[in-house]
Amino acid sequence: MKKYTKTHEWIELSDGTGTVGITNYAQERLGDVVYVELPDVGKKVKKGETVLTIESVKAASDVYSPVDGEVVEVNETLNDNPGLINEDPEGKGWIFKIKVENPSQLDELLSEEEYKKFCEEEGK
Amino acid sequence: MKKYPYIPHTEEDIEEMLKYIGVKSIEDLFAEVPVTITSDLKIPESQDEFSVKRHLEKLASENISLKDLSVFMGAGVYLRYIPSVVHHIAMKPEFLTAYTPYQAEVSQGTLQALFEYQTMICELTGMEVANSSMYDGGSATAEAVLMGLRISKGRKVLVSKAVHPEYRITTKTYVKAQGFEIIEVDFDKETGETSLDDLKSKLDEEIAVVVIQYPNFFGIVEDLEKLRNEIPENVVFVVVAEPVSLALLEPPGKFGVDIVVGEGQSLGLYPSFGGPGLGFFATLEKHVRKMPGRIIGETKDVEGKRGYVMILQTREQHIRRAKATSNICSNHAHSALTTAVYMSVMGKEGLKEVAYRSMNTAHYLLKKLEEIGFERRFKGPFFNEFVFKVGENYEKKWREMVKKKILGPLPLARFYKELSDCALACTTEVTSSEDIEKLLEAIR
Amino acid sequence: MTIFEKSKKGRKAYTLPPYEFEDVGNDIPKHLLRKDPPELPEVHELDVVRHYTELARKNYGVDVGFYPLGSCTMKYNPKMNEDLANLDGFKYLHPYQPEETTQGALKLMYHLKELLCEITGMDDMTLAPAAGAHGELTGMLIVRAFHDSKNDTKRKKVIVPDSAHGTNPASASMVGYEVVEIKSSSEGLVDLKELEKNLDDETAAVMLTNPNTLGLFEKDIEKITSMAHEAGALLYYDGANLNAIMGRVRPGDMGFDIVHLNLHKTFSTPHGMGGPGSGPIGVKKHLADFLPVPVVREKDGRYYLDYNVPKTIGMVRSFLGNFLVLVKAYAYILLMGKDGLKFASEMAVLNANYLRKKLSEFMKIAYDRICMHEFVVDGSYLLKKTGVKTLDVAKRILDFGMHAPTIYFPLIVHEALMIEPTETESKETLDRFAQILENIVKEAEENPEIVKTAPHKTPVRRLDEVTASRKPVFRWR
Repeated sequence: MKKYTKTHEWIELSDGTGTVGITNYAQERLGDVVYVELPDVGKKVKKGETVLTIESVKAASDVYSPVDGEVVEVNETLNDNPGLINEDPEGKGWIFKIKVENPSQLDELLSEEEYKKFCEEEGK
Repeated sequence: MKKYPYIPHTEEDIEEMLKYIGVKSIEDLFAEVPVTITSDLKIPESQDEFSVKRHLEKLASENISLKDLSVFMGAGVYLRYIPSVVHHIAMKPEFLTAYTPYQAEVSQGTLQALFEYQTMICELTGMEVANSSMYDGGSATAEAVLMGLRISKGRKVLVSKAVHPEYRITTKTYVKAQGFEIIEVDFDKETGETSLDDLKSKLDEEIAVVVIQYPNFFGIVEDLEKLRNEIPENVVFVVVAEPVSLALLEPPGKFGVDIVVGEGQSLGLYPSFGGPGLGFFATLEKHVRKMPGRIIGETKDVEGKRGYVMILQTREQHIRRAKATSNICSNHAHSALTTAVYMSVMGKEGLKEVAYRSMNTAHYLLKKLEEIGFERRFKGPFFNEFVFKVGENYEKKWREMVKKKILGPLPLARFYKELSDCALACTTEVTSSEDIEKLLEAIR
Repeated sequence: MTIFEKSKKGRKAYTLPPYEFEDVGNDIPKHLLRKDPPELPEVHELDVVRHYTELARKNYGVDVGFYPLGSCTMKYNPKMNEDLANLDGFKYLHPYQPEETTQGALKLMYHLKELLCEITGMDDMTLAPAAGAHGELTGMLIVRAFHDSKNDTKRKKVIVPDSAHGTNPASASMVGYEVVEIKSSSEGLVDLKELEKNLDDETAAVMLTNPNTLGLFEKDIEKITSMAHEAGALLYYDGANLNAIMGRVRPGDMGFDIVHLNLHKTFSTPHGMGGPGSGPIGVKKHLADFLPVPVVREKDGRYYLDYNVPKTIGMVRSFLGNFLVLVKAYAYILLMGKDGLKFASEMAVLNANYLRKKLSEFMKIAYDRICMHEFVVDGSYLLKKTGVKTLDVAKRILDFGMHAPTIYFPLIVHEALMIEPTETESKETLDRFAQILENIVKEAEENPEIVKTAPHKTPVRRLDEVTASRKPVFRWR
C-alpha cells in the first residue's frame, strides 16, 4: 500500500524495505526529466532530508526521504533513461529503495485519498 | 526641450503618452519616490559627440601604446598580430548588440559560434568539454578551484608559487570566503619548476585540489607527467595554461588533468590595459555537472534541423539560485567569439607558426643576452618567456627605456621579493630583430 | 554547417611576415611537445567571412529590433563608444606598463569613478568586477570583511526578497552565507513585518534592488534601510534597475552601503551575446578600506593604481578591470550629462507605463499601478483560458520580428513576462509591440495551435532542449 508525503514523494513498504519515487503530480509540474542525481548506496538519511535532486530542463527539484533509513538500492536505469520518471513515476520510475528504520513513521504519512485532497487544495 | 541622439521622444510624444496613461506630468510617475531623498546630479551637463570624442582622443594620446614600443613584456597579457578580418567580424552588430541566447531560435548565430569556440578550446587543451567563457584567467582559476572543492572531499588547496601572482591572490580571495585553506608550494630555485619535493611534503588526505601553471609564470614548461604521477587520483588537478603555447606543447588533457583554465587574451584580443580578456574553462565529461558557466549543446528542432541551445542550465544561478555552481550570469561571450574567429583565421598551421616564432625568438633573445653578459635565472625548459638576472637597479633602467621606445622585460620585484634582481622577458611572433637590437643596446 | 565541416587541408586565411631568426633550438623535453596538432579549421579568408556572416544573419540584436527584456536594459549601444574603445591609445596598453605611460587611461578611470560615485551617492569605488554578479560577489566579500573586522562572527545570514534576481542568493552563497528569502507583500514590495521578523544579530546584509524586479519603487526604502542598520546589517544595492531612477535619486541617499552597477545595462555598453560587461562596486566611507585592489587614485595631478588598500579583501580578478567597457560607459556619461541621464530615466519610466497601460487592455498586469522602468504581465490567466503558456507567447513574438520579453521571472508571478522597453525606443515601436501582443492573445483564443507550435519563421523552429540535456553533445567531433 502506497503512502504519500506533502512534498510529493510516495513510498511502498515491503519486508522492511520501502521503494520511493515521486508522484505523478510532481512529475507533471517538473516537466521532462533530463537527469537524476542518484544517491550512493549506503547513504543514511533522516525523514525530511534531501536524498537526491531531479533535474528537468528548467528546474531542479530536491527529493526528500519520507522516513529515517539507509539507501540499499537505486534505480540504475534512470541514468540512461531519466524520462522513465515522467512515463511511469509510480511504477518503473521508482528512484531508490530504503531500509526503513522505524516502520511506524509511515503512519505519519498521507494515504492516497488524503494526498489527492492535499493536491487539490494546493492547486487552488 | 533639449533633444538627445539616443532618445526619440518629442514634446508631442510625451504629451500624448502622459494623457494616455492618465497622469498630468512626468513627476506624477515618480510620486512613490520620497522627495526627501531626491537630488540633482553634480556632474557636467550633456555634450555633443564631437566634443566627447575629442576629449577621449586626448586622453588616449596621453598614453604610450604598445604600437609605439618594442615590447618585451608578457606576464599574462601578450601583444600579438590580430588579422584585420577578426575585428570586422567581431564588430558585426548582430554579435555585438545581441543578448544572452535564452531565445535560442533567434540566437543560432551566437550559439553556433560559441559551440565552435567550445570545440576549439577542447582541441587546444585536450579536454572533453568547455564552457562558453568566464571573465579572465584569475577568476577562472578561482572558479576551477571551487569546482575542485565540490568534486573532492578535502578542505585544502595546494597552489604552486609559480602560478601567476594575481591569479593566486584572486583564488585566495574566493576560496577563503568559503572557509577553505590555500597552501603555497615552492618553486625549485634552480629550475624554476614547481618543487616536486615541496609538493610531496604538502600532499596529505586533506588536500582536495592542486593548481599548476603551464608554462608557468616564469615561462618554464612544467612537467605535467611527473606532477600527475605525484598527485593522487582523487585529488583534482587544475592546470592554468597559456593557450597559444598549446599549439606546440602537449595539451594538459593528455596528462589526465581534471580542469584546464587560463587567460584567452592571447588568442586575438587586444591587450586593452588588462580587460576585457577571456577566461577559458575546460574539464572532463564526468565533471560537467559541477562546472560553472554557460554551456552550449547541439540538438535538433521539431523539423529535424540541426540547432544549438544552452544546456544543463540547472547548474546556473537563474534556476538553482543559492545552490548554483557559481553566481556567474553575464560572461565574456563576445570575447570568446573573437577568439574563435582568430583561431579560425590562424587555423591549425597558423597558430603553430605563431607559437613557434614566439618560442624560438625568446630562445634567440636569451642567446643574445648571454652574449653581452646576462645570465638566465632558471635552468628549466622555457617557452616564450624566461627569467634572467638584471641586478637590483633594473627598475630605474626599465622606466627610462620607455624614452627609447622600449617596454622592457618586467621587473619581478613587484611580484617576487626573492627575485627582485630578475626580470621576466617575453617575445611573440611580432618581435623583430630591430626590437631586439634596441633592447640589447638599452639594457647593457 | 560548422566551420570544421568547411575546412580543407592546406587552406589558410593568415599571412605572417618572413621570419627573421634562425632556429636556435630549445630544451623542452619530447614528452611535453605536442604530437597531434589541434584540429583547428583550415579555411581561407572568404570562408571565414561567409561563415560568420551567415551566423550573424541568424542572430537578433538591439540593432535589429526591439528587445524588451526586463531587468536587462537593452538600450541602444552608441557607435561613438565603439570608435573610442577602438583607439590605439586605449586598446594597445599593457596593464603592467610604467604608470607614467598610461596617465590618460588612469585619468579616464579616475574620472569615471568620480562620476559613478556621484551618480550613486557613494564615497569610493572599484572598477575591477567584470559583471553585475561579479560585483555582487565583491560586495558580499566586503560585507564579510567588515563584520569580521568587528569580530561580529555571528552574522551568517543574508536576507533577499523572494523577487530577487538569482545572482543575489548565488553570490551570497559563494561567500558562505546562508540565504533567507522573505516573502513580498501583497503589494509586491518588501513586507516590513517579514523583514522585522527576520532581522537579527545574525543578519550580515540585506540585498535589494530599487525599483524591484516587478518594476515597483520601494516607497518605504528609508524605513527598510534604517531597520537593517539598527540590526547591525549592511545594505547592498543591486544596480540592475538604476535606469529607472538615475539623476533623480541615489542609492547612497536611500541608505545603501554598497552598490553595484551594470555598465552594460544602464550605461549603454553592448551586451555582446552575454558579455563582457562591467560591474563596478561603490561603497560608503566606512567600507572603503575593504575594496579589492587595485583602486585608481589621484595625488598631485598624478594618477596611480593603489595596491595598498589597508584591509583589502584581495583581488576579484587578474589585472584591473574591463577597461574598454569602462571607456564606453565614460563616453556615454559625458555625452548624456546630468540632464541627459535624468531625461533617460524619465523616458524609460514613461515608456514602461505607456506600454503597461496599452497591454492592460488585453492582458493581466501583475500589480497594475504606476510602475518604474519595467512591469510584469501575469500569463497564468491566459494559460487557464486557452492552454497557451507564456513560453508559447514568447516564441510567437519571435515570428513577428521582435524579441520576447524575459519569461518566468520574477518567480513570484506565475507565467511571468517581464517587460522593460528602455528610453531609446519610440512610441511607434511600443505601439507595434502592443499590437503584436494583442494579435497573439487573439490567436491564443481562436487558433491556439499556431501559438503553441511557434516559432514558425525563425532560422530554426522550436528546439529539443530535453534531448540536448539528456544526451549532451558539447563539441563538434
